[in-house]
Amino acid sequence: MAQPDNYGFSEEASLLKDSARKFFKNNFSTDKLHRMVADNPDSSRAPGSLWDKELWQQLLDLGWTLLAVPESAEGLGLSAVAVAGLVEEAGRAAFPCPLLATLNATYLLAACGDPGNAALKEIAEGTTATLALTNRTGSWRPQDTEVSAIQRKLNGTAWFVQDARKVDRLLVCAKKDTGHSLYWVASDALGITVHADRIVDLTRDQAHVEFLDVEAEEVCEDGLKALEQAFPAIWTMLAADVIGAAEWQLQTTTEYARTRTQFERPIGFFQAVKHPLVDVMIQIDEAKSLVYNAACAIDHEPQRAAEYAHMAKASASETAAFASSRSVQFHGGIGYTWECFVQLYFKRQKHSQLLWGDAAWHRARLADIVLGKID
Amino acid sequence: MSDSASKDTLEQAEFRQHCRNWLCDNTPAEPSFRLPISALEIMTEEQLTYLKDWQKSAYDAGLVGCDYPVAYGGGGRSNCQRIANEEMHRAKTPYMPNIIGLGMAAPTLLQYGQEELKKHLLPRLFSGEDIWCQGFSEPGSGSDLASVQTFAQRDGDAWIINGHKVWTSLAHFAAWMIILLRTDKTQKHGGLSYFVVPISSALDQGVSVKPLIKMTGETGFNEVLFEDLQVDDGLRLGALGHGWQVATTTLLHERDAGELVTPRSGGMKNAATHNANTANLIDLARKTQYNGKAAVEDPLLRDRIMRQLIRETALEENQRRTRVPALLEHPARLQLQNKLLRSEIAQETSALALEVAGASASLYLGDQNAPAAGQWPLAYMSSYGNTIAAGTSEVQRNILGERVLSLAKSK
Repeated sequence: MAQPDNYGFSEEASLLKDSARKFFKNNFSTDKLHRMVADNPDSSRAPGSLWDKELWQQLLDLGWTLLAVPESAEGLGLSAVAVAGLVEEAGRAAFPCPLLATLNATYLLAACGDPGNAALKEIAEGTTATLALTNRTGSWRPQDTEVSAIQRKLNGTAWFVQDARKVDRLLVCAKKDTGHSLYWVASDALGITVHADRIVDLTRDQAHVEFLDVEAEEVCEDGLKALEQAFPAIWTMLAADVIGAAEWQLQTTTEYARTRTQFERPIGFFQAVKHPLVDVMIQIDEAKSLVYNAACAIDHEPQRAAEYAHMAKASASETAAFASSRSVQFHGGIGYTWECFVQLYFKRQKHSQLLWGDAAWHRARLADIVLGKID
Repeated sequence: MSDSASKDTLEQAEFRQHCRNWLCDNTPAEPSFRLPISALEIMTEEQLTYLKDWQKSAYDAGLVGCDYPVAYGGGGRSNCQRIANEEMHRAKTPYMPNIIGLGMAAPTLLQYGQEELKKHLLPRLFSGEDIWCQGFSEPGSGSDLASVQTFAQRDGDAWIINGHKVWTSLAHFAAWMIILLRTDKTQKHGGLSYFVVPISSALDQGVSVKPLIKMTGETGFNEVLFEDLQVDDGLRLGALGHGWQVATTTLLHERDAGELVTPRSGGMKNAATHNANTANLIDLARKTQYNGKAAVEDPLLRDRIMRQLIRETALEENQRRTRVPALLEHPARLQLQNKLLRSEIAQETSALALEVAGASASLYLGDQNAPAAGQWPLAYMSSYGNTIAAGTSEVQRNILGERVLSLAKSK
């Protein structure tokens, strides 16, 4: 199947992206974000899960979480490129919410076939969820999970669970004697303990989740196969979030370089500042083009989706690192302070850079596809 | 990857079919002699004749100048040149020799030339009968192009030109030159005017062309000296003193950022054709031993090869995204990056190829043991032509920083 030249980015997708951008512009300023998540710089404080649930409820009412749910499960079945456009805007706003987490669960459940349908219908009705499949060392290979399942009872701990304290359900990858299966369980089910992690990123929360004889519903027998199918969308959507956030970093830092004056000139006059800002823009554009190519492959060329998604996340991870580094450096002393907004995006981007595989990890997987595996 | 044929309009679909049919019967056979990597390195009459014959036949079949008005020898179509280019590439035709005429002179003439001049010059340009060259840079004016000193002195209805242009590709074959001249020494940008001037018909009558040898050992560009060359005022493009604005149009097209798609063919591969791309790099890495294994199995080299593949794919995807306005933050942002990225990525890829080849990278053209016939060191050295010519990478970054990011102007 060939990709359409315009990525299949329809009028509808364009309207969705524009309305998302306007929504955040009107309802969620960076100033508001800073007051919400950075009110207390004390590093000994209890880890917060600080977010605007009322605003999130408005997004649920607008149907944002059912966009990616297939029509067979009463969702809207929107294309991955349209969803990527939405995620890019949520990333631009650095909006703390379980959108990405729920999308990840959605794509994974959709890869489970019929057994995943009941859970997808819950998502279509506004239920939120996140993935629990990473081990203590942060392995991105789900077969390394430390959770095991015997007779549909889960035991063990899932680590690096994203936005765990914002969601209603967990989608867990657990080892059993015949392989790896996926389980759907309420995040407050009996036997579950959510241990909040102290993390750098103020715009997300993260936890390790302990399971003690937790009764769970199996939604997929061959979990690794479903994960292999869903990973391209998981990587691509995170990359879309990154490029949105990087656009904020570029715009904010460029504005500062236009107005901050030293040596009688705006600092953007100096090529030591001007040229790296151009390079940030170049990296964003490369990553963005790769994100929409990968999203379009998920819609139209699934046999190449993994290859293109590796490219997108590798490029986005590099962009996250470079845009963050330049945003703080070019803001100078003020950029190094707690009160300056760039720290919020710096931290979010460092988190995103490493989450679900950093650039080198994705390039190594890409090389396995393009060049063949090595021992 | 996209399949652009599926998005054709009715006109484009019919035209594409016409191109395919014609190319099926008329794509020329590979020549028996070596062709250089691009038209800018054409050295011999034999090469030139072969390529001019090809351009003429493609023009006669309607594949060149498709989107230009019929009155000027064009095809009178809309958005069809891209289709012809895709089909010519797919059919692996040779490239066209009149690259500067098609890519830079034609769109500038169309926008600024007087009616009679356009009717006279454009058909001969499209057919390849007249080869064109570009006279912008001078020994003292490189990145600071607006400082050019070659002077045109008014003499009634004519102008007398004196001065010195350099890095002039194809001047030794050219009938015409687009040229940026100073007509007023009292102001910088406002003292410039833009002309077309004859070259081959004026040799030894005010014009002399001397070849320059590149670091690769190839010829291809020249210096051009003007001594009291007299030209008519009707050869001026745009108003007196507006040369800088006209030159900006030319430069946008040179950097693939103009409104008109440049007629461009190519795709023919023979022993001498070698692109500094990742596919060829991977081919090299498969054939090369590196520390006891195939280079393609070395984890660090794999990582670096993948970096190049990712950037090369991103550049292609940038071109595609340029056609999707809903995914652009700024209308010119991607186009203005194109030349910069294309040249820098090719430079990095060829530099990496030299590392992959190791000691064998020392072997150059003509050495029978050289990997890829010595094309990689040639590609690496040639790549500096592309990061310097048509606005250095440093000037490109200034343009992007100033036009797209609105940062304070360097000058």
